[in-house]
Amino acid sequence: MSAHSAAARVGSGRGSRWTLRALGLGFLALLLVAPLVMIFFKTFEDGLMPPLEAITSENGLKALKLSLLMVAIAVPVNTVFGVVCAILLVRHKWKGNALIDAVINLPFALSPVVIGLALYLLYSTNGGWFGPTLSKAGIEVLFSVPGMVLASIFVSLPFVVRETVPVLQEIGTEQEQAASTLGANAWQTFWRVTLPAIRWGVAYGVVLTTARVLGEFGAVTIVSGSISGKTETLPLFVSKQFDGFNEPGAYGASIVLALLALTTLLAMNLLKRKEDA
Amino acid sequence: MGISVEGASKRFGDFRALDDVSIEVPDGSLTALLGPSGSGKSTLLRAIAGLETLDGGTVLIDGEDVSKKPTQKREVGFVFQHYAAFKHMTVFENVGFGLKIRKWKKPQISDRVHELLRLVQLDGLADRYPSQLSGGQRQRMALARALAVEPQVLLLDEPFGALDAKVRKDLRTWLRRLHDEMHVTTIFVTHDQEEAMDVAGQLVVMNEGRVEQSGSANELYEDPSNEFVMSFVGEVNRLGDDFVRPHDMDVVLDADERTQEGLVQRIVALGFEIRVEFVLADGTEVWAQLTRAELQRLELREGQIAYLRPVQARSFNGSAPSDTPGASTPLGSQDGGDAEVSAAV
Repeated sequence: MSAHSAAARVGSGRGSRWTLRALGLGFLALLLVAPLVMIFFKTFEDGLMPPLEAITSENGLKALKLSLLMVAIAVPVNTVFGVVCAILLVRHKWKGNALIDAVINLPFALSPVVIGLALYLLYSTNGGWFGPTLSKAGIEVLFSVPGMVLASIFVSLPFVVRETVPVLQEIGTEQEQAASTLGANAWQTFWRVTLPAIRWGVAYGVVLTTARVLGEFGAVTIVSGSISGKTETLPLFVSKQFDGFNEPGAYGASIVLALLALTTLLAMNLLKRKEDA
Repeated sequence: MGISVEGASKRFGDFRALDDVSIEVPDGSLTALLGPSGSGKSTLLRAIAGLETLDGGTVLIDGEDVSKKPTQKREVGFVFQHYAAFKHMTVFENVGFGLKIRKWKKPQISDRVHELLRLVQLDGLADRYPSQLSGGQRQRMALARALAVEPQVLLLDEPFGALDAKVRKDLRTWLRRLHDEMHVTTIFVTHDQEEAMDVAGQLVVMNEGRVEQSGSANELYEDPSNEFVMSFVGEVNRLGDDFVRPHDMDVVLDADERTQEGLVQRIVALGFEIRVEFVLADGTEVWAQLTRAELQRLELREGQIAYLRPVQARSFNGSAPSDTPGASTPLGSQDGGDAEVSAAV
């Protein structure tokens, strides 16, 4: 029996098809949907006001703003870096590529807490490599925005590279070569040919980066010190509200976070559909 | 704008893609680089365009050494086998790309693009995207795009390689006509000898990174300089040290001192042409090309014995190409009864 007919047989019967669907949906419902529904339910248990008050509180709004600031800095930085790095990996073959390729995956492999600790050690004013020098120059990295930005960039670094590399490989070099025979220099070729050709891959990476930065907790907790109203992003705010038994506040902020994440996911799905079309 | 390449060499790792290649392409000519895959023909074409940097040697376009010039300054039109269409641009934008880069004004771009689209018979399809075109249309678009900037030379890398047989034939006729009208110096790469002979005025046969021979289609066919060229530009049988074209094999029913005995293995009718496959006494397999009338006259059947007589053979013993003298196979093309066979040349 050929592999093809064997593959066709799995899940082809009416009964087994429904079993597979039920399994898949049941798994998703139990593990992903149930917790989300629960949080929506809990949030509005005592009406609209408690969660609304929590997220419109001074610290809540500050946390939202700080989270959006992280996105506003980390996403563009990682997008530019990601595209440049992907082009380097795919178009300029040299021996160092394997190393770069492996290092880029580090943020995926390392626990965010470890990343946070590593940054903490590096920028600590007490014995860190960079900390004392920067401190003398008047730049405080730890327990302030620069450290949080660094942590956000670190944890979300691989997404744009990972999404762009396969698209770059797929489009090949012929379009770029055609552009050069038509008189375009490297810069013109990049803007007019390469970038438009990889744009959906990049956009997909941007969406994933945004979601990751918004949700980052572990690394940011350590480098920020989680100071309310100062270095608290939305996930840290949620955690603190929860620890302080202000459950409506925690749920309300969670909902905002969930909505932001859902919006980015929706954007991703729309982009994907457009790409497939 | 003539093109000449002098002493070009190029290696990819251990693979010698070009080995001291020199060619001369006269101004306004249509030249084919012909060879099997891996012969270096595409590398040579890409080197002329600057898409490949040579390890050694020079490329001259119109007498100027362009070896150090980047591609975008060489003013060559290049057409790729797989079209290299800009997928996110319409047909109009594709063809106008080079003009936009040259900062032409919009109305001028529009005029020029529409003029070219008429030339390649795509004028109704300006707003389509490449994905909405057939292979043949895409390649015509790519050609219009290359011609839009009025290149000094036009380079085509297996331009019809990805198309089906019918479209291929149409396009090559059309390319020849286009060349007759525009007179732009054109080089095109192909592995198809029939295509090369059909389209090009001059052929350069390449093999293993070297030029084997160049000349007109007729010169290469009639006077190949070696075994490779002889077998690449046409069908060939090998009899000992001799090479004989299948249409130069007379088939007779009576043996004499100049014939070799053969067993008819298979008779294949390919339209007008009949291919008769023989096995000789020493196990050599050869075939003869006959016409229908000849086959009927001979009443050949599979499994019978017939006699083969090479009318014209070549041997390439030694370095100089020779026109059959000293061949081991006895020749006798004067035999009147089989004159049609050699007349089929």
